Amino acid sequence: MSTAMAHALNASLRDAMKADDKVLLIGEDIGRLGGVFRVTDGLQKDFGDDRVVTSPLGEAGIVGSAIGLALAGYRPVCEIQFDGFVFPAMNQIVTQLAKYRHRSEGQISLPIVIRIPVGGGIGAIEHHSESPEAYFAHTPGLRVLCPSNAQEAYDLLGQAIRCNDPVIFLEPKRSYWSKGDVDPSAPSVDMERARIVRPGNALSLVTYGALVPIATKAAGILAEEGHDIEVIDLRSLSPIDDATVVESVRRTGRLVIAHEASQTCGIGGELAARVQAQAFYELEAPILRVTGYDTPYPASRLEEDWLPNVDRILETCDLSLSH
Amino acid sequence: MTSATPTTEPWSVLDAAGRLRQDDRIPSGTDALDLQAAYRDMVLARRVDTEAIALQRQGELGLWPSMLGQEGAQVGAGSALRVQDVVFPTYREHAVAWCFGVDPVQLLGLFRGTTMGGWDPRERNFTLYTLVIGAQTLHAVGYAMGIVRDGDVGTGDPDRDRAVLVFLGDGALSEGETNEAFVWAAAQNLPVVFFCQNNQWAISAPFSVQSRVPAAERARGFGFPGVRVDGNDVIACHAVTQAALANARDGGGPTLIEAVTYRRNPHTTSDDDLRYRAGSENDEWATRDPIDRLRALLTSGDHSSQIDEAFLADLAREEEELAERLRSGCRALPVPAAGDPFLHTLESMPRDLKRQMDEHLAFVAAAEGEHS
Repeated sequence: MSTAMAHALNASLRDAMKADDKVLLIGEDIGRLGGVFRVTDGLQKDFGDDRVVTSPLGEAGIVGSAIGLALAGYRPVCEIQFDGFVFPAMNQIVTQLAKYRHRSEGQISLPIVIRIPVGGGIGAIEHHSESPEAYFAHTPGLRVLCPSNAQEAYDLLGQAIRCNDPVIFLEPKRSYWSKGDVDPSAPSVDMERARIVRPGNALSLVTYGALVPIATKAAGILAEEGHDIEVIDLRSLSPIDDATVVESVRRTGRLVIAHEASQTCGIGGELAARVQAQAFYELEAPILRVTGYDTPYPASRLEEDWLPNVDRILETCDLSLSH
Repeated sequence: MTSATPTTEPWSVLDAAGRLRQDDRIPSGTDALDLQAAYRDMVLARRVDTEAIALQRQGELGLWPSMLGQEGAQVGAGSALRVQDVVFPTYREHAVAWCFGVDPVQLLGLFRGTTMGGWDPRERNFTLYTLVIGAQTLHAVGYAMGIVRDGDVGTGDPDRDRAVLVFLGDGALSEGETNEAFVWAAAQNLPVVFFCQNNQWAISAPFSVQSRVPAAERARGFGFPGVRVDGNDVIACHAVTQAALANARDGGGPTLIEAVTYRRNPHTTSDDDLRYRAGSENDEWATRDPIDRLRALLTSGDHSSQIDEAFLADLAREEEELAERLRSGCRALPVPAAGDPFLHTLESMPRDLKRQMDEHLAFVAAAEGEHS
C-alpha cells in the first residue's frame, strides 16, 4: 500500500500508543491541529488529551517535562515543531536527558523520543530548514535516527519508542509527502545499521534522509555513463555504522559523503575519519564531501544550489572517479 | 500568609528568643511537627555539613556546597513529606536528603569524584542532585503530570495521593526553565510545590539582581498562590509546606513557597564571599539561627519538657558517631572502574563505543602494569 511518510509516522505513533499505554505524545499544536505537518492527525481524538498533550509554547518545557514523565514510568514522544526551534531545549537534551543514565550508573533509563522535522528544500523562511544532526550525534548518551522512506519511518519510529535510550528522531520534512509501500508487519531492520540502497563497485556514495532519493538519482545517471555507484543510507547517525561503509569502500576504493548540513564538523567529517583509519590502503581517491556550506542557511531563493542536488553530487562523484 | 509586598515580613511563629506565637495555621494532631525530631534532624544535618567541609579541607572532597543556616527551611519542608511524595533537589538540599532517609555518605560521592549521582532515586523518591540551575523544576512538572495520569491525586486516600516537592534558589527564579515550569504547573494545575530558598545570594549576585519583588509575589502572575515564610523558622516552614503539599495532593494545584533565609557560608568551599558581602551581614543572620531558636523554645517556657540534658547528651553522642561514619564512609566510597562510563552511556553498547572502551581499558591496564 503506497503511503506518504507523514502517514506512516502517524500509523507508527498510533500502533505504539495502542501497544503500550505508557506512550504519550507532547508538543506544540499536536492536538486538534495534528501538528503543523499533520503527523499526529487524529491521535488526540482517539487517545484523549492526557496522552496527546498540546503543550504550552516552550521547547525546554517539552523535553524537561518529558524527563519527569519518564522518571514517573512513562514513554514520552516529544514533537519539536521545526529544526530551528529545538535550541531552547538543548540544555535539557544535552545536560539532563543525555546524561541521566550515566549519572544514575545505569540504573535509570529515560525512554524518550524527540521527533524533529529537519532539512531544507521546501522554500521555507528562516529557522525552518536547519540540519542540526551533528549537535546531537556529538552528544554521548543520545541515539540519532533519520529515516529516508515511509517504510523505515514507520519501522524506525516504532523501534525508537520501544528503545530505552533517548532517541533524537529526525524527519526529513521534504520527504513527508513522498509515498512508498508500508507494511507494518514487515520484520524490523537493525536500527544501528546502514542500508545499501543500490549496490555498486565503482564508488561508495553515502548519505541519509532527504538526500537518499537524490543520491540514488545521481547514481542512475552515472550508471548510464558506465559507473556503477553503491548508494548507502546511514539511517542511524549515532551510533554511526562505519562497518557497512568501510566494507563498501574496501570494494569500491572511493567514498563520497553527501549531507545537507554544513560541512565543518559534520557527519561527513566523522565518517571520513573512521574510513581512512580502517581502509587507508584500499582508498583510490581522497574522501570527498558534498554538503551544505559553512554559512547560515540561505534565503530560500538560493537553497536549490546551496543544497547538495543531483548536479553537485554528480560533480563530486566525477572528481572522485577522475583520481 | 497574605500576599507579599516588598515590605511584607515573612510569616513567622517562632521568634529569635524562642517564643512561639499561637497561630491556627500551625498544624496539629498527626500533621503536627515533631519538635524534638526536628531539632535532632537540624543538628545532625548541620553536622553532615560541617564534616563535609572538613573533609574538603583535608582534600577528601573536591568541593562542598554548604547549607549552613538553611536547616530550618530544609527540615521544615522535608518533614512535611509523605513517603510516596517525590523530591527534586538542587545540590544543596543535604538536610532534606537527611529527612527523607538518604544515607549522607552517599551525598559525598558527587563531591569526591566517585560518581555523578550517588544514590538510587527510586529507593527514596529523592532524585539526583541537579547542578544546572533550574533544570529540575521542569522534571518536577513532568513527574507531576505522571502522578495526574496515574490517578494518584485527589482520591482522598492519604496513602495514595502524591505530590512533588521541588527545590530551587533565588538565582533559579531568573532561569527561563523555572518560568516555563511555573507556566506548565499552573496551566495543568499540577500537584507540585516549588520551594524556593531565598538565601539572598546567587554566588555573588544579591537577590536584587534577580527580582524587584519578593519571589512569592511572582506566583500570582502565573496563577497560583505564593507564600512568603521565615526560612529560619522550622515550625513555620513545616506549616506552609504541609499545607501546600496537602493542597497539591488533593488536586488543588501548585504553590510557590519563598523561604527567606541566608546562606551563612560561601557558595561552595571554592568561593570567597567576603569579596562581595560584608561579614556583619552574616553576624546579623547568625542571631536568627534556626537551631538556636528551636533550642530556646524547647528548653524554656511551655515546651521546656521536650528536651533535657539526657536528650542533648544522647544527641551529642549521635553526632560524633555520624561524623565518624561520614569520615570513614567517605574514604571507603568505591572508585568506579575505568569501563563504567562506557557501560552506562546507552543501554546496549554500540560497536564503536565498545572499540573505544577496549582501547581505553588496554591503555589503563598497561599503565597500571608500568606503575606496579
